[in-house]
Amino acid sequence: MSTLHTVNKSPFETQTLLSCLNHCKDGDAVLLIEDGIYGGLAGTGLSEAIRQSASRVKIYVLNEDVKARGIPAERLMEEVTGVGYDGFVDLVTEHDRTQSWL
Amino acid sequence: MSDTKKFLYVNRKAPYGTIYALESLEVVLIGAAFEQEVALAFLDDGVFQLTKGQDTTGIGVKNFSPTFRALGDYDVNKLYVERESLEERGLSEDDLQEIMYEDEDDDWAEKPSIRIVSRAEMADIMAEQDVILSF
Repeated sequence: MSTLHTVNKSPFETQTLLSCLNHCKDGDAVLLIEDGIYGGLAGTGLSEAIRQSASRVKIYVLNEDVKARGIPAERLMEEVTGVGYDGFVDLVTEHDRTQSWL
Repeated sequence: MSDTKKFLYVNRKAPYGTIYALESLEVVLIGAAFEQEVALAFLDDGVFQLTKGQDTTGIGVKNFSPTFRALGDYDVNKLYVERESLEERGLSEDDLQEIMYEDEDDDWAEKPSIRIVSRAEMADIMAEQDVILSF
């Protein structure tokens, strides 16, 4: 049993991503969407905390939202996997539930 | 005797996730018609508004980032970007788009509108304004 968590807020503006990661169970997945994709950036003040969580949960970003914001793929952390809208749908079906962190 | 006032538009939100960034730009363009002294400040997540290479075709909203390059034509050529906000987000000036204006007092020489300033300098800039509008 596992959960897909979606986060749509910038981690620099709210505690949403950190709270989400603090409530994840091993084997869960976190999909960063909309302004949430900034949580996937490498070399930020938050990268280390997020990277540590990535050992327990899989972290994804929605490619369309990354591209919209002018963030080159190579600026994302290695631990982060890019998916498209089709991958978003796959993630929803692969997990038992989806929890939106608003 | 001039009754021109100094206006500062403070941008602290990332683009696209909320409507603030676009609305700020709209108000700047409207305000530009009133011939006031206008400057823009980008700090916190606002620095994300100026990244180069934005492509919104996949999310179905208007890419307004090229509009920043038109501001020079409206005599809006002071875009202050806070260095610490960039660094905290793993960004540098090289990640931002180039925004130029033509300086009418210098034989229309092309000059950059983006000025990278420290947090302390940003505080000074804010303190010298007559009107501050926050987005």
